[in-house]
Amino acid sequence: MNQLTVFNLLVLVIRRDLLLAMRRRADVMTILVFFILVVSLFPLGVGPEMDMLRKMAPGVLWVAALLASMLSLGRLFSADYLDGTLEQMMLAPQSLSMLVLGKMIAHWVVSGLPLVLMAPVLGLQFDMSGQALLVLMLGLLLGTPILSMLGAIGAALTLGLRGGGVLLSLLVLPLCIPVLIFGSGAVEAVASGLSVVSNLSLIAALLVLCLVFTPWVTAQALRISME
Amino acid sequence: MAINWFKYSAPTTFYGLAGRLVPWFAVPAALLFALGLYIGFFVAPVDAVQGEAYRIIFIHVPASILSMFLYLIMAGYAALGLIFNTRLSSMMATALAPTGALFAFISLWTGALWGKPMWGAWWVWDARLTSELILLFLYFGFIALHASIDDARRADRAAALLAIVGSVNVPIIYFSVKWWNTLHQGSTIKFTGTSMHVAMQQAMFVTLLACWMYAVAVTLLRVRSIILERERNTQWVSELKEAGL
Amino acid sequence: MLEVSNLACSRGDHRLFSGLNLALLPGQIMQVRGENGKGKTSLLRTLCGFLSPDAGKISWCGEDVRELNELYFANLLYLGHHNAIKDELSALENLQITAGLAGIVLDEMTAVSALRRMGLKGRERLPTKVLSQGQRRRVALARLLVGDAKLWVLDEPLTALDVAAVALIQELLAEHLRKQGMVIFTTHQPLIIEGVEMRHLSLV
Repeated sequence: MNQLTVFNLLVLVIRRDLLLAMRRRADVMTILVFFILVVSLFPLGVGPEMDMLRKMAPGVLWVAALLASMLSLGRLFSADYLDGTLEQMMLAPQSLSMLVLGKMIAHWVVSGLPLVLMAPVLGLQFDMSGQALLVLMLGLLLGTPILSMLGAIGAALTLGLRGGGVLLSLLVLPLCIPVLIFGSGAVEAVASGLSVVSNLSLIAALLVLCLVFTPWVTAQALRISME
Repeated sequence: MAINWFKYSAPTTFYGLAGRLVPWFAVPAALLFALGLYIGFFVAPVDAVQGEAYRIIFIHVPASILSMFLYLIMAGYAALGLIFNTRLSSMMATALAPTGALFAFISLWTGALWGKPMWGAWWVWDARLTSELILLFLYFGFIALHASIDDARRADRAAALLAIVGSVNVPIIYFSVKWWNTLHQGSTIKFTGTSMHVAMQQAMFVTLLACWMYAVAVTLLRVRSIILERERNTQWVSELKEAGL
Repeated sequence: MLEVSNLACSRGDHRLFSGLNLALLPGQIMQVRGENGKGKTSLLRTLCGFLSPDAGKISWCGEDVRELNELYFANLLYLGHHNAIKDELSALENLQITAGLAGIVLDEMTAVSALRRMGLKGRERLPTKVLSQGQRRRVALARLLVGDAKLWVLDEPLTALDVAAVALIQELLAEHLRKQGMVIFTTHQPLIIEGVEMRHLSLV
């Protein structure tokens, strides 16, 4: 019986969560379907005029991605909380922040990455140019992890509460506004010729900030909620 | 003079102190409001560009400043409560939240009322107004989270963490909203570039002071009732009840 | 090696106990007794660091557990009311992950033999949701066979177990104590360990 390194632990947690997600495949599909549904609602609501849709596209896709991410956040900790495995994780002789980071990464792979891959397909519905689609994907690739991480803080704070999903969204969505602004701003910059890179690098900067701070903050939030 | 400040960090003693302090803030607040509004509405001259409508800033600006200031104070008290485990700090944070939210709300309303004569629309997506709206959501989040948790200790600590995360985010949000606003060449509600008349400055300062005193008075009143509620099972509260207070 | 001094705990507004002292040495087993609602579970959870006590100190080998953190957890094994196993995973997968979280790499052979000893032969690879309550409890208890935690904190470990399983657990506890381990537990069913003096702590 040998000891595990921190990296191996991270991999263990990610594999565990991915394994669990694979055994509940329906959950992954619902997020994707919700994403597609929300995006499709907009043209139905505002009319099919292509010019307007093209202008709205970045914002619509980003907002839909935001909302779809919110859907799955409640499940990040609640299943483990209910069957007692979360308690055991808190008793692990390893840094809880590392375990939390592992869960965040697994959550992103299951909930965020599919959105990144689906977005260009939906972007075509809005007649977005190839370059715009690329910037959209890049932005979502950098931004969806941030949503998973900020969402994890909210999920940890609202663990086991009745208000549940709606309260979680109320807490997390305002914090996600900068990502939304820079993400859709990057795509619009393609059309207007302004700097795409500056928007994307701002998202990247936020991503780094989140990677450094959110696991620890979430671990503290978990300890507060478990008392 | 060595005052034993720690004596007042116990809810029991603070209850009495707060009660005695309230009139010292409430009365000046009322007077200053009257004075400020008088100067603002009757003494300060009509603005060259904006006419009479500009006078709303005497309420809008203090409300804005206080909403942001109170959020930071609230987060500060919450952090103290979280780190040092002092119950009174957490109670103060909970007491501040509704007042802060109220000022944010007033700021938004008065901003809209200002916008209408200026821009002809009831709402404009000005960077500051939008940030104020987001601040209001942050307040709501704090209040909602605290209200959703039954256990008082968990509620205090969870809301405190949220407030701290929120206050770190506020500059980021403000910056991103400004960026967004310039990107889209949005409207800006700004007072005209000319320097303000002395009377306008006086009015602004007086109403700001009035708002601050009001905030203190109301928060002290609210924290008293929070103390009573939290400590309802203790002896000193039963003694108060018997004394008919 | 486990020392508790002047411990006070509350649940909500309600003070459960105060001024609690105990010391548990290697090879000792202690039962926490008390009626429902007197704070047995809260005491055990406080020992694990889930609850913050109102007052008092918990030390492990002379050092405050709040400072030891992970070093304390490495020596601690907790089993509460929940089984802490995932329904969708098999018993084998569950055990390997549990071991992994405790920092131990458990190869399949060792894991399977542990599960067999717990009486789960032939059921190691089924998802635990198809197992009975008693069998799930056995999977949860299999973690007792894995790792070298010195202090076992068990909250009603015998729930849902049949007579054979109860005997097995008593055997495991006896082995653990012989290896200089420590146990603190609560139970509503009788638990007898041959040849070992059972210490008691009563919460009133």
